[in-house]
Amino acid sequence: MTAKAQPLSYGTTFTEQRPKHGLPATRAKRLAKGLGWFSVGLGLTELLAPKAIAKITGVSNAHTGLIRLYGARELAAGIGIFAQQKPTESVWARVAGDALDLTTLGIAFSSPNAKRGRMAFATANVLAVTALDLICAKQLTGDRGIHAKASCLINQTPDEVYRFWRNFENLPRFMKHLEAVEDLGGGRSRWAAKAPAGTTVEWEAEIIADVPGEVITWRSLENSDVDNAGAVRFETAPGHRGTIVKVNLEYNPFGGAVGAAIAKLFGEEPGQQLDDDLRRLKQVLEVGEVVVSDATLMSTGYFAQRAAQPPDVEELELAEESESLPSQTGTNYRTATEGRTT
Amino acid sequence: MKANCWYGKTDTRVEDVPDPQILNQRDAIVKISSTAICGSDLHLYNGLIPTMQRGDILGHEFMGEVVEVGREITNLKIGDRVVVPFPIACGNCFFCQDEMFSLCENSNPNAWMSEKMFGHAASGIFGYSHLTGGYAGGQAEYARVPFADVGPIKVPHHLTDEQVLFLSDIFPTGFMGAEMCDIMPGDTIAIWGCGPVGQFSIRSAFLLGAERVIAIDEVPERLQMAELGGAQTIDFSRQNVYEALMDLTGGRGPDSCIDDVGMEAHAPAIVEAYDRVKQAMMLETDRPHALREAIMCCRNGGTVSVIGVYGGFIDKFPMGSVMQRSLTIRTGQAHVQRYMPRLLQLIENGDIDPSFVVTHIMNLEDAPKAYEMFKKKQDGCIKVVLKPGMNGHHETIH
Repeated sequence: MTAKAQPLSYGTTFTEQRPKHGLPATRAKRLAKGLGWFSVGLGLTELLAPKAIAKITGVSNAHTGLIRLYGARELAAGIGIFAQQKPTESVWARVAGDALDLTTLGIAFSSPNAKRGRMAFATANVLAVTALDLICAKQLTGDRGIHAKASCLINQTPDEVYRFWRNFENLPRFMKHLEAVEDLGGGRSRWAAKAPAGTTVEWEAEIIADVPGEVITWRSLENSDVDNAGAVRFETAPGHRGTIVKVNLEYNPFGGAVGAAIAKLFGEEPGQQLDDDLRRLKQVLEVGEVVVSDATLMSTGYFAQRAAQPPDVEELELAEESESLPSQTGTNYRTATEGRTT
Repeated sequence: MKANCWYGKTDTRVEDVPDPQILNQRDAIVKISSTAICGSDLHLYNGLIPTMQRGDILGHEFMGEVVEVGREITNLKIGDRVVVPFPIACGNCFFCQDEMFSLCENSNPNAWMSEKMFGHAASGIFGYSHLTGGYAGGQAEYARVPFADVGPIKVPHHLTDEQVLFLSDIFPTGFMGAEMCDIMPGDTIAIWGCGPVGQFSIRSAFLLGAERVIAIDEVPERLQMAELGGAQTIDFSRQNVYEALMDLTGGRGPDSCIDDVGMEAHAPAIVEAYDRVKQAMMLETDRPHALREAIMCCRNGGTVSVIGVYGGFIDKFPMGSVMQRSLTIRTGQAHVQRYMPRLLQLIENGDIDPSFVVTHIMNLEDAPKAYEMFKKKQDGCIKVVLKPGMNGHHETIH
């Protein structure tokens, strides 16, 4: 039997088959398991015997409700660790929980009923566990930056999708974090992207591989603000039902692994972002523009969504300025409004 | 403009909101002449659908006059009278091209939310939570209609609003419920729920060649309307449904069963209490009594067609009965665009007059009162049509 071999790499330094970290990751997982059992034990004790915990830590007996709540949190973190193959998020959740515990102890210190000796002992213990959690979380996260991959199925031929993508200046139409891409010729391009706190980062990139209708890979040049690389593959879907677009991105964000983990906590999940970008690519190619609803006019994140009712004139102007309205939309909405409401 | 907005469990308010605008170039703006409250709006009203936000405009059954079109729209012009289908569909994607419009891949900008909850996302829907896109609904004076070159159907002026309005949802929904049964001549079809969708399933089953339709409910006026449609009825508050159906079918069971009830079923006290407790504790999101019963009653090798709305998880699902007895389960949000031309033709031919289901016509301003009445099934209420700017407030049709 001859299996049709898929190429494993396109000459870049990263692929999906990238070898897993060896010993440190295994050790970190073992440490995580230990922390998981600790979470379950402490969580159950807090839930079932909150008074005993109050006594040991020296806080007032009046707070057993809160202690039970923290017990539930511990238990959840513990279960999370056992439920995940690689419990990176759950261990980071433990770090966040430790911070909460320390804050609570800090507040309790100022209470007049506080038994300060016992509290100091409890705080020292929490600090020791926090250190372990941090070490474990950092080891699990690793230092290799962010890797995002996503795919989507588009109702067009690989050649059509390739041609749209190869014109890099089209990318900001569907990649939300890109401001502009300029083709400098000779396989070189200049990229500008939105960065946290309203800043912009820029870099130059070069094409490494470019096979029409099949694959494009690129990599940032040395001395870039953001060290990154990307690959996009275009495959004919079985039965010629369009094109499977597969994208891999890798970049080292500000603040390395810790920065990436914090960004994750605030919902900036790179895989999700790339999924959303590809969904917009599909919309642009299949229906002609990015589709917006009343709720998603300004943003796609759930917490940032406005109510599902029409925007007023100010919000529309804001949407136009922030380019979240589809690029082709040049509606004369002011006259339209006046025409109907008078 | 005025619009009926959601503010929490059993709290809707008619408020002044900005007029809708063209946002995508395949949009149209429709000035609404009639809009209806759907049974599925009650799931929102009762706070059972997640991702609702205060201020969301409700409503997905509406019609009216085109007052503005985007640059890409050539099939409609200002002044056209149209009925708008509740699923928003692009017409270009894999599913639209297969006429599975309620599965459109491009019309739900919040698809990621649906993917988290359901594994994959379905189409956008007007006024039906952020999970289905966060589109303003049609219980308003105007609405923005995306993909106006795919959805809205032009309707002739000699038909009244009440005759064509239900092409937007409940007629195609009831029809698809019956169509999914692949009815053969001589078939007996049992239908759980005689609300508006159930009423259309009853009539559609006959239109598709059913010999006998047995309809199940407990509300006297609904059972009466079902009988007027030609169905035999079972009042589940007085009779054991399984026994009554076996009695009527010589123990074999109905050839197909349609669940026109969905996630908020009423049931005999003990079963209902069990599901209500589990729903309140978030251990299941839906109360699936009708579905369980439909499965147990269906004949061997028959089809259970689920057109009532479910939103999440159920338990005590009799999978053994489905597997051991070779049942087929078919389901889905109605692919309204697929059915509209055919059903409009039936109305024009006089084969059916959908206005039979309307019991109340009210001013849009009275929407909160109408929801309350519909939820509590007061005053013989089966279907409410709301009219923006209607003279007077209330009209009851019995």
